[in-house]
Amino acid sequence: MRIARRFRQYAVATCLLAAASPAASLKIELPPESTGLKTGAGSDLATRQCATCHSADYVAIQPPGRPLAFWKAEVEKMKKVYGAPIPDDQVEPIAQYLTRAYGDAK
Amino acid sequence: MSRLGGSIRHSAGRRHVLRALGAGAMLGSPALRAAAETVTLPFGNGERPLVRYPQKRPLIVVTERPPQLETPFDVFNEGVVTPNDAFFVRYHLAGIPTSIDVDAFRVTVKGKVSTPLSLSIADLKQMDAVEYYAVNQCSGNSRAFFEPRVAGGQLANGAMGNAKWRGVTLKTVLAKAGLQDGAKQVKFDGLDTPVIPATPDFVKALDVAHALDGEVMLAYAMNDADLPMLNGYPVRLIVPGWYGTYWVKHLTEITVLDGVLNDFWMATAYRIPDNACACVPPGSAPATTVPIGRFNVRSFVTSVRDGGSVPAGKPFTLRGLAFDGGFGIREVTVSVDGGATWMSATLGRELGKYSFREWRLDATLPAGMHAIKVRAVNSIGQSQPGEPLWNPAGYMRNVVETTRVRAA
Repeated sequence: MRIARRFRQYAVATCLLAAASPAASLKIELPPESTGLKTGAGSDLATRQCATCHSADYVAIQPPGRPLAFWKAEVEKMKKVYGAPIPDDQVEPIAQYLTRAYGDAK
Repeated sequence: MSRLGGSIRHSAGRRHVLRALGAGAMLGSPALRAAAETVTLPFGNGERPLVRYPQKRPLIVVTERPPQLETPFDVFNEGVVTPNDAFFVRYHLAGIPTSIDVDAFRVTVKGKVSTPLSLSIADLKQMDAVEYYAVNQCSGNSRAFFEPRVAGGQLANGAMGNAKWRGVTLKTVLAKAGLQDGAKQVKFDGLDTPVIPATPDFVKALDVAHALDGEVMLAYAMNDADLPMLNGYPVRLIVPGWYGTYWVKHLTEITVLDGVLNDFWMATAYRIPDNACACVPPGSAPATTVPIGRFNVRSFVTSVRDGGSVPAGKPFTLRGLAFDGGFGIREVTVSVDGGATWMSATLGRELGKYSFREWRLDATLPAGMHAIKVRAVNSIGQSQPGEPLWNPAGYMRNVVETTRVRAA
């Protein structure tokens, strides 16, 4: 199976594989990502750990004004439930960054 | 986890990391979003870009990776069938297929069966076909309206849609394979994969009795066309009346189990309080939970938006839709005075018990502000609560909706 990782167009390509067959292949290209985490102390660390699995908007859309406990629970969930390889000693610094950038410690 | 018949987009995360480290100052720059239209949904942090994804009209971007796209609510006033290019998109894991060779694609059936199968799309299309309308709805549709708010995909009311699905029933497929004694559940896996191996793959299961109900379907067509890639091309599971978490996309593996699937996505995620309302006091945790199942009853006004206007002193038609988990909508009542008095709406043609059902009501309102409420009842008497119910995951919101309008 071909591994198609990058295409030049964001469009859909549908091609007939054989004249006798009505079946087609389908390819799409997703739009490029447009957002990143807010820059600031800790944002490089957070980006390294978070951006592997999801875009930054997953963070930015969360309810506003949440305390450190909310963000720490999210980081712990990513580590324990989704298997993010976040070292124990990075949980607190990432949660603190998220609280400063997106929570109630602005 | 099967890669048969598809290729997986995994690299974006790593590219993103490199870009972030090399050009941190650029990230989040408004210039990168300059071309995008935005909408502001009515809750905190509700600003969203509207972006045209492949095979889609501009939709509300909840998250870019994995793609989560919400249908702009105006679409639901276009008709009771949601067009494919407007249908919502929800993935859990960022390893999603972007290229599929349909001739090479196979659905395998294995586990506690007499005859393991490997079925092409052409094979499926040669089997007896069924077709019906059914609503798909995210478990977390409307989550952002929960108060207190909860973490997760922050959705307004657009993570739902109604389509005509065509395919072959799971019962037919399983009959061809032959279930062995002791079969308890049927497990479903599609092409989407986690980015890192430590993340649980997205796999779901149904009890055998449900799998054999003659309704659960392997759908290869949606509204008389191929499924859009982002809705599960070339085949997805349809579990009518049940939340979208079970509607596995890009379905490649059906495994009959002699036990109960206890993976993360069944045993930990997508669980609701084990009580009749699926609710707990706001801010508290349930003592016991069960996997989410059937939709509750919902209804909406679609012809005017909250905060919109209607003509004063002359008749106009209010319109909207209602649906439930498959018992069928019996009645829709509407109040134009904030719930003090209720009138019965006229129901539109029934497209099947799993479909959206249109309703209409003629009303005349004096100049001023009015609170319109709509409440549906299904054929077994289930309805909607007057006050919102709460659970920690933000699932199953179905409060009686209030649409505030100005008559002028």
